[in-house]
Amino acid sequence: MRMLPRLLPGLLCLCLLIGLPLAAQAQDDPGQALLESIAADSYAEKGEAIEAIIASGDERSRRWLEALLDGKLQRHKDGGGFVIVLENRGRNWPVVDALSLEGAGEMSRRDLDRIGINNALRGQLQSALAVLDLYKDDAGDRREAARELLGSVDAAMVEPLRDLVAGEDDAEVRRLLEQALAIHRLDEGEIAAITELEGSLNGRVRAALSSAARSDDPDLADAAMAALADIEQKMKLNRGLETLYFGLSLGSVLVLAAIGLAITFGVMGVINMAHGELIMLGAYTTWAMQQLLPGQPGLALVVSIPAGFLVAALAGIAIERGVIQFLKGRPLETLLATFGVSLILQQLVRTVISPQNRSVVSPDWMSGSLMINEGLSLTLNRLFVLGFALVVFACLMLVMRRTRLGLEVRAVTQNRAMARCMGIRATRVDILTFALGSGVAGLAGVALSQLTNVGPNLGQNYIIDSFMVVVFGGVGNLWGTLVAGLSLGVINQVLEPWAGAVLAKIIVLVFIILFIQKRPRGLFPQKGRAAEG
Amino acid sequence: MTPSSRYSKPRWLALPLLGLAFSTPALAQEEPIKVGVLHSLSGTMAISETVLKDTVEMLIEQQNTAGGLLGRQLEAVVVDPASDWPLFAEKARELLAQEEVDVIFGNWTSVSRKSVLPVIEELNGLLFYPVQYEGEESSENVFYTGAAPNQQAIPAVNYLMNDVGVERWVLAGTDYVYPRTTNKILDAYLKSHGVADDDIMINYTPFGHSDWQNIVSEIKDFGSQGKKTAVVSTINGDANVPFYRELGNQGISAADIPVVAFSVGEQELTGIDTAPLVGHLAAWNYFMSVDSDANYDFIDAWIEYTGDEMAVTNDPMEAHYIGFNMWAEAVRKAGTTEVDAVKEAIIGVSVPNLTGGYAAMMPNHHITKPVLIGEIQDNGQFSIVWETPSTVAGDAWSDYLEGSRDLISDWRKPMECGNYDVVQGRCGGGQAAAE
Repeated sequence: MRMLPRLLPGLLCLCLLIGLPLAAQAQDDPGQALLESIAADSYAEKGEAIEAIIASGDERSRRWLEALLDGKLQRHKDGGGFVIVLENRGRNWPVVDALSLEGAGEMSRRDLDRIGINNALRGQLQSALAVLDLYKDDAGDRREAARELLGSVDAAMVEPLRDLVAGEDDAEVRRLLEQALAIHRLDEGEIAAITELEGSLNGRVRAALSSAARSDDPDLADAAMAALADIEQKMKLNRGLETLYFGLSLGSVLVLAAIGLAITFGVMGVINMAHGELIMLGAYTTWAMQQLLPGQPGLALVVSIPAGFLVAALAGIAIERGVIQFLKGRPLETLLATFGVSLILQQLVRTVISPQNRSVVSPDWMSGSLMINEGLSLTLNRLFVLGFALVVFACLMLVMRRTRLGLEVRAVTQNRAMARCMGIRATRVDILTFALGSGVAGLAGVALSQLTNVGPNLGQNYIIDSFMVVVFGGVGNLWGTLVAGLSLGVINQVLEPWAGAVLAKIIVLVFIILFIQKRPRGLFPQKGRAAEG
Repeated sequence: MTPSSRYSKPRWLALPLLGLAFSTPALAQEEPIKVGVLHSLSGTMAISETVLKDTVEMLIEQQNTAGGLLGRQLEAVVVDPASDWPLFAEKARELLAQEEVDVIFGNWTSVSRKSVLPVIEELNGLLFYPVQYEGEESSENVFYTGAAPNQQAIPAVNYLMNDVGVERWVLAGTDYVYPRTTNKILDAYLKSHGVADDDIMINYTPFGHSDWQNIVSEIKDFGSQGKKTAVVSTINGDANVPFYRELGNQGISAADIPVVAFSVGEQELTGIDTAPLVGHLAAWNYFMSVDSDANYDFIDAWIEYTGDEMAVTNDPMEAHYIGFNMWAEAVRKAGTTEVDAVKEAIIGVSVPNLTGGYAAMMPNHHITKPVLIGEIQDNGQFSIVWETPSTVAGDAWSDYLEGSRDLISDWRKPMECGNYDVVQGRCGGGQAAAE
């Protein structure tokens, strides 16, 4: 942070220089010397060089610092010129000259030396860029920048930051900057600063208070302790809400994975061990779509929803026609045969695509988190999955309750012979039901591709959980699956902090076994004659 | 135009050369030297082990192109133990008893190594094991070309403690033998350096764990106590992707709480969107980004062999590269592929590694390696931020564990013992620690 006294005047120069035309790139370009200094061996020297670059006010400094932050500022191996690499995948990289910023063709990575940085320098660069960002027009950018400065203010920054606070018209930015200043004053041992930090749930504020609580000055330590206790109280509610959200989110994953099975196993009575692989197919469809639509992960994800449904549904039809129809009423054989199918599908993916995991990119609107308050934020990808699970569930209920297909499915499962007498083509209903269940598994795969690995083993991890949820909820009852999935998720997340992940899983399993002993038909048993079948 | 460069990949070139070799009458009489490859090509571990099989095949091909070994050609015998630990033992038996291979390159997980160990010892085979592991083992028939804890975990913790100033530690791992033993060693090491009990949090998760919300939130909480916190991760395989994703989404950046991983390499990163991971750390003895001509040549050969411009290399591949060259050198030195002669000849053999230095086989069947710490970049590579000034010799028995502290391993004559107890002065100590 020592560069800041020099940074602000430098920034002014920078503003002035922007208006000037690009100076002729001669040998005596001052930039060459600046870049030379940053290619130093020790990180300490590099840190000083960064300060010098900022102080120089060179109009290219922002570009250089960003390239340095990305590891893309590089140097010819023979000790010659500096370049900025545009794309550093593969062996040959397109580069631009760092001084003229003009294209310089492609270079082999053999001929380039990267100017390395470490986490400390990265922090220094980030706060330097954050201070630059405080001058931006967009209030959102300024808020990000101000948040970045919490806990990294030092003496030299105080004056310029005070001026910034005075001139700031966004209340949130002003509040954050004041907090950043207060943390600095607290570090200096000023008790009064604590009043300004009271009640803040921000992690860095808490870290600063915790350090103060360990200080040698008993008054300061007591005041910090009191403020912390107050914050802890507020955090308790947050933690409760957070655990609930974690539980619902895990539950929604379980519901998504299990809901397709609730149809094929619950409604049709087919034990389909290849259910997990149908989920996997949905996830791979997402990956394939992202390959087909490069650079548009969001669009690809939206397109994958129908595509994943179709692919998995078609695979489901193939499994039903190829295997299951011949084994009707023989659950053990169905179990073994579909287990075989699941192994075949896994190995197929390994051979045809790759045994390696595939990287599925999250679109920007699904990365990061939604901040409720400073101590509680909900991760966006899981929020979307939670919403998606509920939408899928609602659609399925609609199909089962309000359409001709749903009516026929219910008729066939309740009394197959009677339904056939009434003119329902039972075979066709079997195919469509299985396709529906499989398609929903495909949808689960699309959602899971945003949470976990897309690889050949994806399905295996969910098959046991899916059966568990369906059996716990009550075979043949979609509402049961929803309630069972969500409640198992919450139970698991409540247990996890004090029992550990491994033990929590075991406890849940034991709980389900005991529950099934008591109520063999699950939470919501089917009633009436159909239940006897 | 002579066979244009596009078509002269070694893979195709090797065939006519092989034919040429066999057309010479003197060589045609010789039986080929058989090299067993024991890596899972299906099941959960295929993700990591398939490339190692390809690496050994490539090395064999290169050796054959260069004229083979002792005037004989090499031949790979590939079997698939399918990520099934007992099957590893059966396949090892098949390789040694039926195929009568001269050497085996194989295994990834510690449990699979433990499973083949009795077979290799009973049938007096040679196994080169290329993966970093928990130590506490030294077999007469196994050569450990991956890192022992003192070549990976301990230097990484030292780096965090001295260079980053970490005071609070989260030891997170998958629930099996490697993370448990490593964390036991690290726990003892940290405490011996004055870290309080309260400042260490140990957490285990099952294989393939995918719901990290609670654990990441706990880590976040643990890290907001005003002391610099770091996570030492021995999380294995697939579980890493959701773990790092959750870290990114909950807004934990490497600047706040760095994670140093012992099982995440370039291969694993190809399956992850690395943008949110920039700055997190890994400790290995080799990175693809190492700047040395030997490394660039190896990468070029690998890319041509796989035909994939984006193919990546990783640490266990380098271990096989070193192991294979050491074995070849020892065979040349001994003038035979006979197991006992090779075993004796290989100790002290030194071959170039890919980081621009040399690796030597120590009497305890571990090798010397440099230790590198790298930070993840957004292109899925590591940028090296720290390395040991010279190579470190692998230590089979940790100095920080009760019961293994006094053990040494030396397979040279006359000691010929893998667990010699220097206090009691006899071989066979520390059985309990070895379990």
